[in-house]
Amino acid sequence: MPVNGLPGNRCRLRRASHDSYILHVLHDAHVPRKDPSLNAPVDPSVATDRFVGQSIERVEDLSLLTGSALFGDDMPVRGNTLYAAILRSPHAHAEILSIDTSQALARPGVAAVITGPEVKAASDPFIVGVKAPIDDWALAIDRVRYVGEPVALVVAADRYLAEDAVNAIEVEYRTLPIEADPRTALREGATLLHPACGSNVVHERDFSYGDPDQTFATAPHRIALEVEYPRVLCSPMEGYVVVADHNAAEDSYDVVANFQGPFSVLTVVPRALRVAGNKFRLRTPPNSGGSFGAKLAIFPYIVLICLASKRTRRPVKWVEDRLEHIAAAGSGPHRITNIEAAVGRDGEILALSCDHLEEYGALLRAPMPGPLYRMHGVTTGAYGIRHLKIRNRIVLTNKVPVSLVRGFGGPQIYFALERLVQRIATELGLDPLDVIRRNLVPADAFPYRTAAGALLDSGDFQKALDNALESGGYAALMARREAARAEGRHYGIGFACASEPGVSNMGYLSTLLPLAVRRKAGPKDGAIGTATVAVDGNGQVTVVSDSTPQGQGHRTVLAQIVADELGLTPDEISVNVELDTAKDGWSIASGNYASRFAASTANAAYLAAGRVRRKLAAIAAKQLGVDPEDLNFRGGKIFPMTAPERSVAFYRIAGMAHWSPGSLPEGTAPGLRETVQWNPAQLTPPTDDDGINTSLTYGFIFDFCGVEIDRITGEVRVDKYVTMHDSGRILNPALAEGQVHGALGQAFGATLYEHFQHDENGALLTGTFADYLVPTAMEIPPTVLLHQETPSPFTPLGTKGMGEGNSMTTPACIGNAVADALGIRDVKLPITPVRLAELLHGEEPPRPARRKPA
Amino acid sequence: MKPAAFDYLRASSVAEAVEHLASWGDRARVIAGGQSLMPMLNFRMLEPELLIDIASIPALAGIAIDGTSVVVGAAVTQADLLAWPALARELPLVAQALPWVGHFQTRNRGTVCGSIAHSDPSSELPLCLATLEGEVELTSARGVRRVSAAQFQLGMLSTAREPDELITAVRFPRATAGAGTAFREVARRHGDFAIVALAGVAQGASTRLGVGGVAGKPTVHDFGTLAGSDLEAELNAFAWDLEGTDDIHATARYRRELVRRLGREIIEEARRCRS
Repeated sequence: MPVNGLPGNRCRLRRASHDSYILHVLHDAHVPRKDPSLNAPVDPSVATDRFVGQSIERVEDLSLLTGSALFGDDMPVRGNTLYAAILRSPHAHAEILSIDTSQALARPGVAAVITGPEVKAASDPFIVGVKAPIDDWALAIDRVRYVGEPVALVVAADRYLAEDAVNAIEVEYRTLPIEADPRTALREGATLLHPACGSNVVHERDFSYGDPDQTFATAPHRIALEVEYPRVLCSPMEGYVVVADHNAAEDSYDVVANFQGPFSVLTVVPRALRVAGNKFRLRTPPNSGGSFGAKLAIFPYIVLICLASKRTRRPVKWVEDRLEHIAAAGSGPHRITNIEAAVGRDGEILALSCDHLEEYGALLRAPMPGPLYRMHGVTTGAYGIRHLKIRNRIVLTNKVPVSLVRGFGGPQIYFALERLVQRIATELGLDPLDVIRRNLVPADAFPYRTAAGALLDSGDFQKALDNALESGGYAALMARREAARAEGRHYGIGFACASEPGVSNMGYLSTLLPLAVRRKAGPKDGAIGTATVAVDGNGQVTVVSDSTPQGQGHRTVLAQIVADELGLTPDEISVNVELDTAKDGWSIASGNYASRFAASTANAAYLAAGRVRRKLAAIAAKQLGVDPEDLNFRGGKIFPMTAPERSVAFYRIAGMAHWSPGSLPEGTAPGLRETVQWNPAQLTPPTDDDGINTSLTYGFIFDFCGVEIDRITGEVRVDKYVTMHDSGRILNPALAEGQVHGALGQAFGATLYEHFQHDENGALLTGTFADYLVPTAMEIPPTVLLHQETPSPFTPLGTKGMGEGNSMTTPACIGNAVADALGIRDVKLPITPVRLAELLHGEEPPRPARRKPA
Repeated sequence: MKPAAFDYLRASSVAEAVEHLASWGDRARVIAGGQSLMPMLNFRMLEPELLIDIASIPALAGIAIDGTSVVVGAAVTQADLLAWPALARELPLVAQALPWVGHFQTRNRGTVCGSIAHSDPSSELPLCLATLEGEVELTSARGVRRVSAAQFQLGMLSTAREPDELITAVRFPRATAGAGTAFREVARRHGDFAIVALAGVAQGASTRLGVGGVAGKPTVHDFGTLAGSDLEAELNAFAWDLEGTDDIHATARYRRELVRRLGREIIEEARRCRS
C-alpha cells in the first residue's frame, strides 16, 4: 500500500491543491517518506483523463473567498419585508399566567406581537416520533419548559425596533419545580414535563439478539463501565435565517430558509400550518455558513415566521443571533450508558449489553430520538460480537430540545464501547491492540450481518489497523511514552475504532416501535437520492441535486462525476444545489445529514449522467453507423473506440436531441434531461426480530494517539494523533481530507473543551462563546491522516458515507490515552484541566491559621 | 443582540470629550476600540445615551518616554504598543504579557487604556500596571490627576474614575537596570480570559508577584528574598488570601494550586532573569 493510502496514480495529479494535500500528509514528522514517484514530474497528457479521485479545486471557493457568495441573510427580500425578534423564556419551567403586549405594540414600527394563544388558534402542534402526548408548538402555550423557549414574537420595521419591543413585553410567570438531571427526572414522583405523558420517560424498549443472558452467565469474565456523553453544540458560523411570504390569494407559503434536511422533517411544517404540502414552497440559499446538524432544528421557526407573514400580510424575515442559537437551537443529547461485556480469557467479547438512558430536553422533535437508533445496527461497532442486549430509555428534562449534531449517536455509542474495550485490556492484563484485533470482523466475512442487523458492506479492518500502526509510527510512539514515563511525566496512548455509517435507512426509527405497531403502520425503508442532469440545445450541461450542502463542496464533486461520464471537464458542468421544493427533484430522504452525499446523491448523479450518455450514444451511433457500446466520450467529442478520428462534437449530438427530435433513433425520447431517484436495495425495513440495517455503507476508522498531561495545570496536550479511514472510493481526496479535519476539530472540542451546561435550576451556564469553549486553530493539534480504499459493493460508484467518523472515535481515543496516562478507570467528558488536576494535586495545604478572615 | 438606540459623538480633542463628559456624566460612555464595550451594548448590559469616541483624538495617539515612565495615550491600540520598537527594553513585562491579550484581531482595535478602564480582574494589562506600580492619568474639565494602579482599580469592573473623567493615558514605570521579569497565564484556550495570570518582577531584595483572574482585581505581593519552604508557606498564605471562587472554567482550589505552583515558578524565573 502506498504510504499515504491516496487513491489513483500520483503521477497523474496536476493540481496544486492536491500536491499540497499529499505534502501535508507526507511532511508530518512521523510519516516516513517512502514513495519516490511522488517527486516524479507530472504528465499533463493523462492528467485530465478522469476527474473522480482527483483533488480538483472547489468551484465554490472563488465566490466564498472574494466575499461575493450569497448566504441566507444575503438573499434579496421584497421592499415591504418586516423583521422579527423573539422573546424567550428566562425560566426553565413555569406557567405563563399572563402576557401584556400593549406597551410593545405601542412602540414605533411594531406591526404585530404574536403569543401562544394565537399560535394555538392558527396552527397545529408538531407531530412526535414516539407515541407520547408531547405538547409541541411554534411558541410556548401556557407553560415554558426550558430557558430560551420562544414565548412571543415581535414583528417590526427593523430588527432594532423589534428588539426594543421585545423588552417591552411583560410576562407573568409562576415557576414550577425543575427536572434538570436525567437520573432524577425518571424517578417516580418527578415533576412531569408533559403531564399527559404520565412520566418523563417517554420511550423504553428492550432488545435481545442471540443469547446474551446465557453468554453472560457462563462467560469467564464480565467487565462493566458507566460512561456519560454530555451535551455538545454544532456552533456553525451562520445561524438560522427564515424569510416567509404568505400568499393570501392562494393561501400558500413561499419560504427561503437555510434548512438542511432531512426533508422527511419538513413535512411537519405544512401540516402545522394547516396547508397541503404543495402549498408550502421552500427554497434554500446557494451557500451555507456551516451546519454540522444545526440547520435541521430551524423548522419550528419556519412555522412561526409563516404565521407572522400571514398575520401581517407582509413578508417577514428572521435572522437568529448567536445568543439565540446557543441557548435554543439545540444540542446533542446527554447519554448515560451502562455497558458490559462478557469476555473470554483471550479477550474475545462474547456478548455485549448496553443500557442507554438518553436525555432529550423538554420536547422530542423530529427526527428524534434519532441518536438512540441511528447506530442501532452497529452497536457492536467494528466487532463481530454475536450476542447483544440493548435497553433504550428516553427521558425528558427542563432543557432545550435536542437536535442534530455531527456524529448523531456515534460519539455516544463508541465512547462507551471503545472505553470498554480499553477496560477489558486493562482488567485482563492484555494489550489493547490484541483485544481490538481479536474482535474485529474478519476481512473475509463481508458483507457481514451484525448481531443487530446491520449489513457491513466491505472492508479489511486488519489491514487498515496494521497499515495505520506502521505508517503512523506506533513503535516510535511507544518509545516516546516509555521515555516520558522514565522522566516521571504523565504520558498515555489510546486507541479507538469504529464502523462509520453512511446514508440512513428511512426505516431505522421504526425499530423503536413494537412489532405489532410497526405492522399496523406499514413498512418504512430505503433512502432515495435524487439528481438531475440536463444538456441544453448547445450541449451545455447542468446538474441539480437534493443534497443541500452546508459547505462540503458538493458542486465540485458532482461536476467531477458528470464530467467523467460525458467526456467533459468539470468546469464545463454547471451545478446548482439550491433546492426548490416546488420545482426540483427531492424526496423525504433528501438533505445534508447522515453522511449521505457520497453514497447516495453522488450515485444518483452518476446514474443520471449515465442515462444521458446512453441517449447521446444512441444518437451518435446512428449518425456514425456504429454500435452505441463502441462509442467513447472524451475531450468534448464522441467517437468510436476503434476509430477516434471519426469523432463528432458532443454539443452537436446534444443539439440534435433538441433541434431535431424527429431525426432521433427510434425509441429515443426528445430532449436531454434525466432525473434519477436511486434507492439501494439493502435498506430494508426492520425484521420481525428487530434486526435493522440502519445504514447503507459502513466505513472503518482506526485511531491512535499519544497524550501528555501537565503535572501542574492538568492540561492535556495531544502529542500525536493518527487517524486511518477506509471510506470506500474517494471522489475528491482534498474534500475528504477537509471533512476529516472538520470532524477532528469538532471532536477535539467535544473531548477537551465543549460542554453545553445548565445548572441545577435549568439556567444556561454557557450562553456565550466566552463560556462555551469552541476550540480555535490554536487548540487543534497536528494530525496524521491515512487512507485505505475498499469500495462499497452496494453503491454504483463504490463510495461510502464519510465525514462524521472522528466525531465518533476521537473522544474515546483521547479518553483511553488519558486513562492510560493516569491509570484511571473513569474518564468524564469534557476532559478538563480542573478535573485532571484534582487527580494530580493530592491533598491541599491548609489555609494558614493566622490568615483566616475575620 | 442589537444595542438600544444611542447618540454618537466623535471627539476631535480632549477638551471636547471632557466637556461632553461633564454635561452627560454617567449617561455617556467613552469608546475607543470597543472590544469590551460593543458586546456589552449588544447584550444591552449597558444602554448609554451617548457614546463619545476618542479614537481619533490626535493628542491621545502617542507612546512617549517621560522621565522614568512610559506614557501610553488613550487611543493607542494594544497592537500599536506591541509594535513599539522600544517595548522589550523599556517594558519587558508588558512585552511578555501583550501577546496573551485577546487575539491579534482584537489587539488591532482594543486599546491599552481601554483595557485599564474596563478593569476586568483577569485582564493582563491591569495586572501589569499593578505589578509595575504604574499610574492612570485622568482628565476632566476640573483638571488632570494621576492615580496609582492600586488605588485606581477598586474591584471587578470598578474603578476610581469619576463620571466626568476621561482616562487620557497610563504611565508604566520604565524598566530599571538589573530587574528581572516573568509572565505566565493559564486559560482554557489561547486568548481566553485568564483562569490565573501571574506577573513577576525581581529587583534587588524585592520580588513582586502579581496575580490576576483570582481576586476581584489584580493583587500584588512582595515575597522579598523568601525561598524554599518559607516561600512555599508565604505563597500558600497568599493563595488563600486571594479568596478565589469557583466558576464554570475552574474551581477556587484549582486557582490556589496554580498560584502556589506557578507562583513559585514565576518568582524563580524573575529572579533568574535578574542581572
